[in-house]
Amino acid sequence: MALLYLLAFGVVLTATLGLLASGLDRKVTARIQYRVGPPLWQPFIDIVKLLGKENLVPAGASKITFFGAPLVGFASVVLVSTLLWVNNLTPSHSFGGDLIVVLYLLAIPSISVMMGGFASRNPLASMGASREMKLILSYELPFILAVLVPVIKTGYAIRLGDLLGPQAQNGVVAGSLSGVLALGVAILCVQAKLGLVPFDVAEAETEIVSGPLVEYSGAAMALCKLTKSMLLFVLLFFLMTLFMGGLRWNGMHLVYGLLKFVGLLAVVIVIRNTNPRVRIDQAVRFFWGRVAVWAVVAVVLAFLGK
Amino acid sequence: MGLKLAALLKSLWVFHLSTGSCNNCDIEVLDCLTPRFDVERFGILLVGSIKHADVLLVTGSANRKSMQRVKRLYEQVPKPCLVVAIGECALSRGMFIHSYNCPLPVDRIIPVDVYIPGCPPKPEAIIAGVLKLTAKVKGRAR
Repeated sequence: MALLYLLAFGVVLTATLGLLASGLDRKVTARIQYRVGPPLWQPFIDIVKLLGKENLVPAGASKITFFGAPLVGFASVVLVSTLLWVNNLTPSHSFGGDLIVVLYLLAIPSISVMMGGFASRNPLASMGASREMKLILSYELPFILAVLVPVIKTGYAIRLGDLLGPQAQNGVVAGSLSGVLALGVAILCVQAKLGLVPFDVAEAETEIVSGPLVEYSGAAMALCKLTKSMLLFVLLFFLMTLFMGGLRWNGMHLVYGLLKFVGLLAVVIVIRNTNPRVRIDQAVRFFWGRVAVWAVVAVVLAFLGK
Repeated sequence: MGLKLAALLKSLWVFHLSTGSCNNCDIEVLDCLTPRFDVERFGILLVGSIKHADVLLVTGSANRKSMQRVKRLYEQVPKPCLVVAIGECALSRGMFIHSYNCPLPVDRIIPVDVYIPGCPPKPEAIIAGVLKLTAKVKGRAR
C-alpha cells in the first residue's frame, strides 16, 4: 500500500500534474507577453528530449556529488508529495509530527541545488549556489512563522491530517485575518523556494547563465527540471492543505480543490510576470525585514484568535 | 524516426555563438524570439549555457582567434546536436573572404547542418531554416 502511494501518487501523478502546471506557467507567461507560446505539453517533450541527450561531467568535478545531487532533490520532493497525498486521501494513515518532517524535506531540494552547483566546479555555478544559500537562510524564518498560523488556528495540530479536519468543520484558515496574512507571506516564500522571477537570483538567466544548473546536461538536467516542476505542484498543494482545507474526494469538492490549485498557480504566475528580479541583498532584507514582521503579526493575531 | 529525435525536433534549445560578426545577424536571431515571430511556440528556447544546447547557431566569419573557441564549444555540446550557420559571413566569409584573419569558412571548422544565407537573413528566413533543419533530420532518420 505504501509503495502504491509512493509510485502512483508520489511519482507519476505528481510529475504529471507538476509538468502540466509548469506548461500552464509557460503558456500564461507567453499570453501575458502577447505571444502564442509553447503547447501545454511542452515540458513533457523537454524531459523526453533531455533523457536522450549525452551526460557530460565537467573536468575535475566530483562525479558522485554531481550526479547524486539531483537524485537527492528528486527523492525528497517525492517523499513530500507522498506525505501530502496520504494526508489528503486517508488522513488517519499518517504519523504524528509529519508537518515538521515535510518542513525539513522541503529544504532539501535547495540543498541539493547547492550540492550540485558546488560540485560542478564552475564559477557561475558556485556563485549561484552561494546565492541559493543566502536565499534559503532568508525565507526559511518567515515561512516557518507562516506555517505556525494554521497550526495555532487548528488547536496546535502538528499532523497534516489533523489540520484538515478542523478546517472542514470550522471553515478554512485563509478565511480569517491572520490566515490571509500568513498565506500572503507563505506565497512570497514559495516564490523564493521555487526560484521564480522576483527571487530567481540563484538562477539568474541573464546574469549568471543558469546558476547551479550551468554544467548539467542530459538525464541529470532532466531530473533537475522534473524536480523543479514537481516542486511547483507540491508547494502549492502544501499551501492548499495548510490554508485552504486541502483536497476532498467527494463530487463537487474535487472541482473546488482544482480551483484552489489553479488560483494559487495564477497568483504565482502573475507575481512572476509583473516583477523584475531583485538583487540578493534586497531579497534578504525583504524577507528578514518586512515579510518577517508580517509573519510575526500574523502569528500574534492567530494567538489572539483573529 | 525514434522518440529521441522526435522529441529533439519539438524542443530545440539554441545556443547563440557569435564568432566575430557585426551583430546584425545576432539582432535578427533575437527578433525571432519577440512576440511578432515567437519561435517558443515550436519549443525553441535560447539558452545561456552550452551544456543545455541542442543547436549551435554560428554567426560571423570565424577569425583566427575564434576558430579555436568554435571547435572547443562544438566539442562541449551534448550530442546529438545540430549546427546552423547564419548569415553570409558564416557561410562564405562574406566581405572578409580576402582577409588575412579569416582563413576558413565555418563549415570547414565544424560540420554544419543548415545554411541560412542573407546579410542579415530576415527572421522569416531563419524560421524557414529551422524548418529545413527539421526536414533534414527527418530525412536522415528515415
